Order: sequence, then C-alpha cells, then structure tokens
Amino acid sequence: MIYQDSKTLLEVHGLCATVNGIEILKGLDITVKSGEVHAIMGPNGSGKSTFAKVLAGHTAYEVTGGSVLFEGKNLFELAPEERARAGLFLAFQYPIEIPGVANSEFLRLSYNTVQAQHGREELDPLEFDDFVREKMNLLDMNHDFLGRSVNEGFSGGEKKRNEILQMALLAPRLAILDETDSGLDIDALKIVSQGVNQLANKDNAIVLVTHYQRLLNHIVPDFVHVMEAGRIIKTAGKELALELETRGYDWVSAEHQAAMATV
Amino acid sequence: MSAVLQDLVNQPYKHGFVTDIDSDVAPKGLDENTIRMISAKKNEPEWLLEFRLKSYQAWLKMEEPAWPNVHFPKIDFQAISYYAAPKQKPTLKSMDEVDPELLRTFEKLGVPLHERMALAGVAVDVIFDSVSVATTYKHKLAEVGIIFCSMSEAVLEHPELVQKYLGTVVPTGDNFYAALNSAVFTDGSFCFIPKGVKCPMDLSTYFRINTEETGQFERTLIIAEEGASVSYLEGCTAPAFSSNQLHAAVVELVALDNADIKYSTVQNWYAGDENGVGGVYNFVTKRGLAKGVNSRISWTQVETGSAITWKYPSVILRGDNSVGEFYSVAVTNNYQQADTGTKMIHIGKNTRSTIVSKGISAGRSNNSYRGLVRIGSAAAGARNYSQCDSMLIGDQSGANTFPYIQVRNNTAKVEHEASTSKIGEDQLFYFAQRGVGAEAAVSAIINGFCKAVFQQLPMEFAVEATQLLGLKLEGSVG
Repeated sequence: MIYQDSKTLLEVHGLCATVNGIEILKGLDITVKSGEVHAIMGPNGSGKSTFAKVLAGHTAYEVTGGSVLFEGKNLFELAPEERARAGLFLAFQYPIEIPGVANSEFLRLSYNTVQAQHGREELDPLEFDDFVREKMNLLDMNHDFLGRSVNEGFSGGEKKRNEILQMALLAPRLAILDETDSGLDIDALKIVSQGVNQLANKDNAIVLVTHYQRLLNHIVPDFVHVMEAGRIIKTAGKELALELETRGYDWVSAEHQAAMATV
Repeated sequence: MSAVLQDLVNQPYKHGFVTDIDSDVAPKGLDENTIRMISAKKNEPEWLLEFRLKSYQAWLKMEEPAWPNVHFPKIDFQAISYYAAPKQKPTLKSMDEVDPELLRTFEKLGVPLHERMALAGVAVDVIFDSVSVATTYKHKLAEVGIIFCSMSEAVLEHPELVQKYLGTVVPTGDNFYAALNSAVFTDGSFCFIPKGVKCPMDLSTYFRINTEETGQFERTLIIAEEGASVSYLEGCTAPAFSSNQLHAAVVELVALDNADIKYSTVQNWYAGDENGVGGVYNFVTKRGLAKGVNSRISWTQVETGSAITWKYPSVILRGDNSVGEFYSVAVTNNYQQADTGTKMIHIGKNTRSTIVSKGISAGRSNNSYRGLVRIGSAAAGARNYSQCDSMLIGDQSGANTFPYIQVRNNTAKVEHEASTSKIGEDQLFYFAQRGVGAEAAVSAIINGFCKAVFQQLPMEFAVEATQLLGLKLEGSVG
C-alpha cells in the first residue's frame, strides 16, 4: 500500500552487473518505499533473478556500475550476512538443501543471529519451538518440518513455504520473493500469499519477482515493473499485470524502442 | 569462496608445546639388546621377554603393508629411540609425588591429575612418552574389584591376567606394526572388569608424546568378564616437531558372555604444518573380541590429528548374538592422509554389526574409508549395516571408499550405503542470506554431518570433540 509519509527503503540507480564476464544488468533504476508492494515481471533472461541475487550479495555476480542505497546506506559495503541482519531478505527461487542440519536448528541459528544484531532477546530451543510452531500454523505447515534437514527431500511447495516461514521469523524490512509462485499448486499459492499478506505492513516492503499474473491476484502490487535486457523499461499500477497477461511482453518492448528512438 | 573455506579449517594446533623435563632416553636403534634393555628397565618376567623376542623375530621377516592409500618416505627404524621416560622416582605413592612440571603439562592440556580437580566420574591413566605417570581413582575402583592401572604395573601385579589375554586378540605376528609393537611396547593401560561389575565411572587414558625422535608404542588391554560393562576413553596429543614421530599402538579388547565394552577415542596427535612438514605417523592396530554370547563391543573415534593415520578398529563377533559397532569421524586438512575404517568379522550366529563412517577432507588432504565385512559360513542370521559418508571442502582434497564385503552364509543380510557431498558456495550463501556468517555455517554443516557419531560419545568427550572441530574451523573470516 502507498502511504504519504513513507520512508525510502531501497534506491537503485544505474545498476550494472556481470556474471562470468557477461553483462546482465545494464543500468537498472528502481525506488521502493516502506509499505509498498512491487512486482517485477519480464521474459526469461531479462535479469530479474540476477537483480535479486545482486541485492543479496551472491559472490558469483560482480557489480560493475551504479549504486544501491538500503535505508540510506551503501548496500555494497555490507557482506551478504550483514545485509540479511540489516533486514534484507531473499526468498530463493531454488532453496538449497543442507543435509544433516535440522531445520529447527537452522531457523533458530538464523533467528538468534538477527535478534542479537538488533540487541533483542535470543530464544533457547524450547522457547523457540513454541515461537516457530505458532508461525508455522500461519502457513499451514506440518510441524514435522522442524525435525527434518533443511529443505532435504522437501517438495517444491514445501521448500517455498519454508522460505516464507523464514521471512515470518526474521520480519525483514525488505523482502524479495524470487519466483516464489513457481512450483506451487493453487492451494499452496493461496496459503503462501496469505502468509505474505499478513506480514506486509507500513514499515516494510515486498518485491515480487514473477513470470505470472496469477500470484498478483493474491498479493496485489502497488507497482508493476517490466524488465527487459537488464533494465526496467516500464512501470505502472497493478492493471499493467493484467495487460501483460493478455498481450504478452512484445508491445512493451516495441513501445520502449519507439520512445528511445524519439529521444 | 573456497579460499574462505580453507582459512576456516586452517586451525592453529594448540598442543604443540614441548615440556622441558629431564628424560631418560634410550639410544636410537633396534636390536635384541634394545628389547632386553626395555624389558629389564621394567623388571619384566621371563615369559614377557620371550613374547617380545618372538615378536621381534616375526617382525624382522615382515614387510610394511603397501596397500594403504597413503604415501610417505620409508621409515628408518634404526633412527628411532624406543624408550623415553621422565626421570623421577620409580614408584609413586600419591599424586603429590608427580613432578610438578608434568602436572602443569597435563593441566595445560586440560587433563587435571589431582583427583579433587578431576572431572567428576572419570578415572585417568596418563602416559607420558614411554611410561605411565599417574592413574587416578585406582583405589576407589579396586573396591569393586576393577583393576585399572598401567600395563607395566599390571605385568608385575597381575601377571596371570596379562599372560592369559595378551596377544590373544592381536597375535604377535598379526601385521608389521603390531609385531613391532609386541616387541618394543613400553606402557599403556590395563583394565579388568570382573564378572557382573558395571564400571561406576568412565575410564580414560591420556597419551602424550614429548620427546623428539622417539616412538610411542603403547599397549592397551581391556577385559570385561561375564556381565561386566565399561566405557573407556582415550585422548592423545604431541608437540609440534618438524621431524615425523612414529606411534604404533596395539589395543586389545575381550568381552565375555553378556559383557559390554565401549571404547571412545579423540585422536589429536600433531598433524604436521600447512606444508606437510612433521606430524605423527599413527599406525595403530585396535581389535576387540566379542567372545561371549550377547557381548557387545563398540568403537567410536574422532580422528583429527596425525600426518598419516592407518587404523582399523575391528570386532571379531565370535559369540552368538554378539554386537559390533564402529562410529567414526575422520577430519583431514593440509597434507594429512588418513586410511581408516574397520573390520567386522562375523563368526557366531545372529551376530550384528553397524558401521557409520564420516570423512571430512580439506586442503590437499586425502581421506579414505577402508572396511571389511566378513560373514563366515556358520554366522547364520548375521546382519550388517554400513554407512560411509564423505564431505569435501575445497577442490584439492580427496575422498575414497574401499568397502570389502565377503558373505559365506546365505541367511546373512548386509547393507552398504555411501555418499559424497561438498560444502558448496550456494549453501554458505543460503546461510549468509539468513544472517549466519561462513564460520558458523561451516560449523553447523560439519556438526550436522557428524551428528550420528557424536551422539555415541560420552558427554565429556562429545563436548571435547565439538570444541576440537570448532578449533579446526577457527580462522579469519572476512
């Protein structure tokens, strides 16, 4: 939701980044304020997921230009774990499996690390167990998940719910959901969306990276951006998503090229 | 990223100091006179000298094993001193008579010898170079009939027991290093748990090599009579020398009917430096004989030290329904080499064995699991389950699994599972994205990987093992 007195959380100017020497992001601009929900859409290979990983600090990506301010601070001065502790959260498109590490231990380690960063109380295993079970109920998650290894043997949908559970635990300022809808059946999509909606408030912001309109039926964005070739080429309200659903991306691209030609 | 991982596992070795103490060191070299000298120093009976000389003759005819997946220059057995002992009174009446320098050494290593300061509930025998310097709680254990003392003392005080069991599980000519040990062994621990007695506390031996260019050849013998049970712990460290030191121990366990022996090791001998210079050659023969019906022998080992480890704690399952277990974590880094595993020899009916092996290789190290499961023709209904997992850190380390399975009874059931994994950049990034730095992430992954083995360790040791892995992981992170 757009609020009048909202604070700017994320300010990206002219962001360029490469992976294995190939330029993927070519001058990306976006501003996200607290309370807002943004959707970034666009065809495969347009750089949506790269943008998400660059923000989180994945070492495979090299930033070659531009700037990113997170709550007014230079994001690139922070190590990936410091970004996370500062409140930047990425729900992974393909959550990684960590055999041998119990999900409950992982979640508690993560929760307590972030709590400690903010000088807040850390929870012992018993206290944490109560706390996490409550959050799991929000997502209609089976409590068996706690005893299993992190993401190991989880179905696609279970992995995505586990991501949103972590979001619920860490209560980030800015949550980037990278294709969280892919691999979810319609029931799971509803549950995950409800979870995200409950977590959204006027102090945080959500960026949804997605291919499909269907997620946006459940989580209604304030802004829809279209990415192409490493840039955002169009930004509009939620109605843009519906238009993309019926007309595809080509017309946005053509419109953009025409506009560029007249400059 | 793998550079970060390398830093994480390049831990400083905290036990590398040398104690400045007056020692009685034998001249280098080995012949019959050396053996007679050792035997005379210990006032040994004639039968033991004969045992030694017979072993020496067998050893002379043997070749070093060439099959392990380890590489090192040929050892010059004449360049080693076979006896070193701190100079002090020959017999100690109480702990107060122990050289204060020795007490300080062991306190520095975290092994307090004063009983009032000792960990509650653990009796400790301490071996410094070639001799046992102290045994705690000896008298308290004697009240329930348990004998816990140094091997040298057992030879003099309980010769009938030593003679009855010594060499019955690991024969003198069993292998090259066992034969050498049988010829020149100097000290070690002796435990005897009489019929029906459950040992009221954990027994522990702490081994320390101090003198350069000496070998440590200890001999441990544990006997649990009918219905007896004992949990035994072993820890080892050595100073950091640039030369290699030889450690060739033999451990024999005997479990009679319904007896239970649990043997746990945390091995942290000096591993050499980051270029592979120095370190202990750890060539050890450990074997248990589950002789009686329903007996159980369980080995748990955490192997983090030594330049080379060659070690296969094994169980001969002779009694019907007997149980053998082997739980192992072996961590290698830099240029360390480990070839370790177990042998489960099923002879009796309905015998069962479990093998859980976890190998972690970092740096340029090489870590091999080698295990034999043999089901004899009479072992009807025998069962074995083996699980061998390897974890690689970085891209220059190696892991191998060499399972040998021989089944001669068609009612037996043998299962073997193996896996290899790698701590990946993406796993560390996942942790980082949840606020957890690389050091804590690697620690969580490795502890998770080793959990099935750590659970088997007695409480005090589980803490030590976790800390030891923590030390291995201590390092500079970004």
